[in-house]
Amino acid sequence: MTAAAPLLSVRDLSVAFRHGDETHVVVDRVSFTLERGQALALVGESGSGKSVTAQSIVKLLPYPAASHPSGAVLFKGRDVLTMSDASLRDMRGAGVTMVFQEPMTSLNPLHTIERQVGEIIALHGGRAASTRDRVIALLTEVGLADPASRLGAYPHQLSGGQRQRVMIAMALANRPDLFIADEPTTALDVTVQAQILALLKDLQAKLGMALLFITHDLGIVRKIARDVAVMQKGRIVEAGKTAEVFANPQHPYTKMLLAAETKGEAPARDAAAKPILEANDVRVWFPIRHGFLRRTIGHVKAVDGVSLTVREGQTVGVVGESGSGKTTLGLAILRLIRSQGTIAYCGRGLSGLTVKEMRPFRRDMQIVFQDPFGSLSPRLSVAEIVEEGLIAQKTRLNAAERREAVARALADTGVDPASMDRYPHEFSGGQRQRIAIARAMALDPKFVVLDEPTSALDMSVQAQIVDLLRDLQKRRALAYLFISHDLRVVRALASEIVVMRRGEVVESGPAREVFAAPRSDYTRALFAAAFAIEAETSGVVSQ
Amino acid sequence: MTFAPPQHTHGWLKLSPMNRRRLDNFRRNRRGLWSFWIFMALFAVSLSAEFVANDRPLIASYKGELLFPVLVDYPEDKFGGFEAHTDYRDPDIAGEIEAHGWMVWPPIRFANATTKLDPPTPFPSPPTWTLSEAQCRAAIVAHARGDAKKIPPGGGACRDLEPEWLGTDADGHDVVARLIYGFRISVLFGLILAGVSSAIGIAAGAVQGYFGGWLDLTMQRLIEIWSSLPHLYILIILSAILTPGFVVLLTILLLFSWVSLVHLVRAEFLRARNFEYVTAARALGLSNAKIIFKHVLPNAMVATLTFLPFIVNSSISTLTSLDFLGLGMPPGSPSLGELLLQGKSNLSAPWLGLSAFAVVALMLSLLIFIGEAVRDAFDPRKTFT
Repeated sequence: MTAAAPLLSVRDLSVAFRHGDETHVVVDRVSFTLERGQALALVGESGSGKSVTAQSIVKLLPYPAASHPSGAVLFKGRDVLTMSDASLRDMRGAGVTMVFQEPMTSLNPLHTIERQVGEIIALHGGRAASTRDRVIALLTEVGLADPASRLGAYPHQLSGGQRQRVMIAMALANRPDLFIADEPTTALDVTVQAQILALLKDLQAKLGMALLFITHDLGIVRKIARDVAVMQKGRIVEAGKTAEVFANPQHPYTKMLLAAETKGEAPARDAAAKPILEANDVRVWFPIRHGFLRRTIGHVKAVDGVSLTVREGQTVGVVGESGSGKTTLGLAILRLIRSQGTIAYCGRGLSGLTVKEMRPFRRDMQIVFQDPFGSLSPRLSVAEIVEEGLIAQKTRLNAAERREAVARALADTGVDPASMDRYPHEFSGGQRQRIAIARAMALDPKFVVLDEPTSALDMSVQAQIVDLLRDLQKRRALAYLFISHDLRVVRALASEIVVMRRGEVVESGPAREVFAAPRSDYTRALFAAAFAIEAETSGVVSQ
Repeated sequence: MTFAPPQHTHGWLKLSPMNRRRLDNFRRNRRGLWSFWIFMALFAVSLSAEFVANDRPLIASYKGELLFPVLVDYPEDKFGGFEAHTDYRDPDIAGEIEAHGWMVWPPIRFANATTKLDPPTPFPSPPTWTLSEAQCRAAIVAHARGDAKKIPPGGGACRDLEPEWLGTDADGHDVVARLIYGFRISVLFGLILAGVSSAIGIAAGAVQGYFGGWLDLTMQRLIEIWSSLPHLYILIILSAILTPGFVVLLTILLLFSWVSLVHLVRAEFLRARNFEYVTAARALGLSNAKIIFKHVLPNAMVATLTFLPFIVNSSISTLTSLDFLGLGMPPGSPSLGELLLQGKSNLSAPWLGLSAFAVVALMLSLLIFIGEAVRDAFDPRKTFT
């Protein structure tokens, strides 16, 4: 083989953004090459500049606010950064294509699948007569079930995984030489993620295209890319063969990332511990109304007959895909939405209590949400957020005592109490999640619902939050209901596990037994996708 | 051991960093800031209109007694007359007081309803600085009423005449005085109407958006029916039945103006009630009222505050146009709309229409500039440009 120029060569690329008079360099002299038919993964935490790097390869950044102080991007020997707009358009969609994280907003909601896929074929010189066949062929290629009947479908009629398949079909339409995937599976369920990754790997091998894969998930990197480049604060700190880098990381940041994967195992179930919360046959049915008189013609069974017991100092993990009713179950147990069935806290029934009668119980039952940006009111200071429960519960503390209680709660959750008069936007995602936990802990609850508390956070921060939660549980003998789709986190925390699908419990039992020997096919597929990132093809899981 | 840091109080007003940033943004908008200060100055002057333009002296001394005619209504018999109220502009009374003491007059010696005696021309009479010497002399002679001592040597000139900066209207009222009083009543009307209708609108929108469901559906339909009523005809009919006055007009306009904010606030509440921090507040055991006031309302207030200057503007325009049509304030009230109407009926007296137009245009422009600056200050994207 001759020493031909690589397909893509990024040399000393820098990207700067201008905010007013200031200029921030977000990518700092990044260099890497990608050969034809190879796969390279760019790894890093949020804000490390990996997406910006990818977008400058196709020159998609918001110029002139963005600029390149140095560097060149050579695609097939031509510098993309100095290309004319016309040749850029030729290159995009034909030579280089890109798939983004969020499949819902990447597709135009007003156009059918056929039209959107057909458009890109037509744009780059396809013949109109054969377009329909070509679209069907492409959709078959990306594994969309029954493509001919899906042609007239609109994006909202497809699931997240199906939409991402359509996006991939559009990206493959003109047989690109380079395929850039920017966190293509982050918004998807684990089972679907495994399918999409398998598909991408398969297509890459079949079509011989180069793949630039951007992700924060090291597990995926192992699976898909031969080479890896680790980015931190706009620089590539380490690069090399994936196997070598993972086996023998050189840079401290890579070591930290690898160590950050949540480890540890929860204590075994202790059936003798005092039950804190018992839920029996909980049902949340939303009526489907139809017609002029809005008669109820059926129900959406978000949660259908779930029973569970959470014991003192122990964690029950609720796992399942999105839409399986996990969050609804958590809200129903706290009586934040209407439900049927019996819920008892320390043996006292909560069903049928009025808002007022419920208030004393709110003190002992708390919730922490997924999104640390949405769960803190942006207009209140941290102190005001944390002390809110103390005021609502009429704890008879004066202002100084309340501040003291707030400071203690913050210190307990690892936030510097001196920053209590600052506002949420001044904190990072991890710190904000700690504040949300402090708000729940300020009332000294006995039972906490944790609704995906780590899903919106970076890997290394996830591990810290899990450690914090474990530590708090040990010190305060807390009972947790831990809702998550991330099985690795659930394994680290839960001593008992409930697997949900479409509102029903598929499997439940002591976590160790379930993880060691899952009984149902669905649980097995879920575990395979989560731990080995292997796609289940037998059809137990949906696309 | 204590953990809590000492609490800082920021002077008399505790501003969150976000509000401080907004204030800075507002200050950075030169046009808005200048408009704000000019408007505030004009408003302050017009609020103290009685001390700026009045037909009574501010302070007078009569036979060693210190009098405050602007605050106290002295009967005329105090000065040797026989009326119930003293007319200090009456040459006889003025002469009597000047003979036994002194008087300090405000800069403009007319209140809004003071009729000018002995005008140089038939009403509406032009500003004195446009009069010819002959007209001035005739006016001085008429004012003297045959008393030769009051005529300055040489027959007098225009500088001896009592100044009328913008002339009088068709009823003999001083235009400057009317403008000052009219500005005050317009701005007060606008502020009160905007304030009260916003309060009602926010409350209605909040309740609809927060609770949703049947309540929302019913109120939405009612509001749609209500706002499709022909406002102007109802106003005409109502003002024929009720005697129009400040309060009556305010009430009638309020009936229709409160709906303008409802949709906006309702939409904000519909969005905000599903935020996780609202659910978190419910989980902490907060009551609905507390959640609305502490968590949801501050978010809705941004959209509302942005609209407020424009609502003030439209309220003022409504009052002015009603007065122009003759359906507004009772006759004799100092109203800008009525002055505009006079300008229209007396095209030969351009000082009426021009000065009323200038004041209305200035007032509305200043409010629009302030409104734009407020809107931009609240726009989060503005900070990055």
